[in-house]
Amino acid sequence: MLHLDGLSKTYATGEAALSDVTLTVPQGQIMGLIGPSGAGKSTLIRCINRLVEPSSGKVILGDVDLARLGKAELRRQRRRIGMIFQEYALVERLTVMENVLSGRLGYVPFWRSLLRKYPARDIQTAYRLLDRVGLMNRADSRADALSGGQRQRVGIARALAQEPELLLVDEPTASLDPKTSRQIMRLITEICAERGLPVIVNIHDVPLAQQFMQRIVGLRAGRIVFDGAPADLTEAALTEIYGAEDWNAMRQGDSEQAEAEADAARRLEALAK
Amino acid sequence: MTAHDYPEVWQRRTPRARLVQWMGWLCLVALFVWCWQVMTANTIWAFVTDAPRQAADIGSRMWPLEWGYVPELLLPLWDTINIATLGTIGGVAMAFPIAFLAARNTTPSAMILRPIALFIIVASRSINSLIWALLLVAIIGPGLLAGIVAIALRSIGFVGKLLYEAIEETDARQVEAVEATGASGLQVLSYGIIPQIMPAFWGISVFRWDINIRESTILGLVGAGGIGLKLNASINTLSWDEVAVILLLILGTVVVSEWVSAKLRRAII
Repeated sequence: MLHLDGLSKTYATGEAALSDVTLTVPQGQIMGLIGPSGAGKSTLIRCINRLVEPSSGKVILGDVDLARLGKAELRRQRRRIGMIFQEYALVERLTVMENVLSGRLGYVPFWRSLLRKYPARDIQTAYRLLDRVGLMNRADSRADALSGGQRQRVGIARALAQEPELLLVDEPTASLDPKTSRQIMRLITEICAERGLPVIVNIHDVPLAQQFMQRIVGLRAGRIVFDGAPADLTEAALTEIYGAEDWNAMRQGDSEQAEAEADAARRLEALAK
Repeated sequence: MTAHDYPEVWQRRTPRARLVQWMGWLCLVALFVWCWQVMTANTIWAFVTDAPRQAADIGSRMWPLEWGYVPELLLPLWDTINIATLGTIGGVAMAFPIAFLAARNTTPSAMILRPIALFIIVASRSINSLIWALLLVAIIGPGLLAGIVAIALRSIGFVGKLLYEAIEETDARQVEAVEATGASGLQVLSYGIIPQIMPAFWGISVFRWDINIRESTILGLVGAGGIGLKLNASINTLSWDEVAVILLLILGTVVVSEWVSAKLRRAII
């Protein structure tokens, strides 16, 4: 369980990215974080594993306050938090296997990681995860030889190799096509459900969030302005989060896109016959 | 005003800016003329007008080439290649940690260690390898070792500077992702940074080796071993036929080393 208490972040420029965010994510919950660009979504999830230092407030995971840890203890605690990034953030020149095993770095001594001599159990875990995300036969490919969707699946396997208690996901589908985006979202939500893993997904695609999330939190200018079930995300709520816009047209656009995708799939099938 | 009533004239600069620009060019030309006069004030024109005849004279003494001298040159040539190669290895080995201390994103202390590392890089770069050799021959005596150390010291700056720039240009997102797993500082370097700089590292090292082959050919002039020693001896005895053979041999070696380095760099990147 993750509990944020009065979390605030003010950057050195004086810009307040987060103001007094209080939030609890219970075990096994799949939570989506939506909001316009610059609302502080990225800052919020980066404050949790302290890739960004929070200015004040508490970040309580289990019974540890992550916000007050020293450097060495922070490193140990980061192992409990897996993170999946926008644009994958794989080490491009390393192999798929090395990228997945890098999820174990916090658990192995330096010489083992340098010589790539990981314990048998870690290697088994890595293979099992690669099999789970459907990349068993690409273990020895270099990461930069993979497609976008495949790279993001390696990113998922790397985060899970940490055997985390919490998953942070930052715009996982920002550079993927609509179909691959849905596949990736489905994979993330399925795996988290299997493991009862709580997850915070930072996402700008509202229909995608409504399709896959159990709970949605809306952020505007660093403050929580909506917290509820996807079904409660009414036009009024969206206007509160994003400002005035014709939301029905956007939804219609999304259903049109889904229809077009289905249509394209039917044509491809017809061609294949 | 109608829709078509736009100005017909457009100029990049205002008349004033153009005037300033022309004045600037005029000053440059005046400076050049003045410098030329200062430069040639002490020239003895009899020697200059004599130059073509002197060049032709030395050229004729170089012919025919003294090919019998080649076997005697092979050992010094081998020494020269060894000076360059060992010197490069030593220089790269010393530059590698210094580059990590000098790069803004990896330095452990921006206040103390980074300035020290930058100073080492600047000091190494500001002194020509011939001058390093001159100093080292005086300190550790004439011979190959002085040459190797001179080449290594001169290489630290070059390799260190290019390498720390490569480190600063690495993709921060990849590094951040490795940090987020709970990796230690050394693990972040070895998984996040080093894979990203490997092509630059090999490219820079091979390029420096190629430069060092050329630099080490002259180190013998100050007693630091290699083919330069032979060149110095032949010039002193006015054996222009031998000098010509040495120059051809150096040219051949440099061409081969350029070819090898181009091949290697293409294979790496």
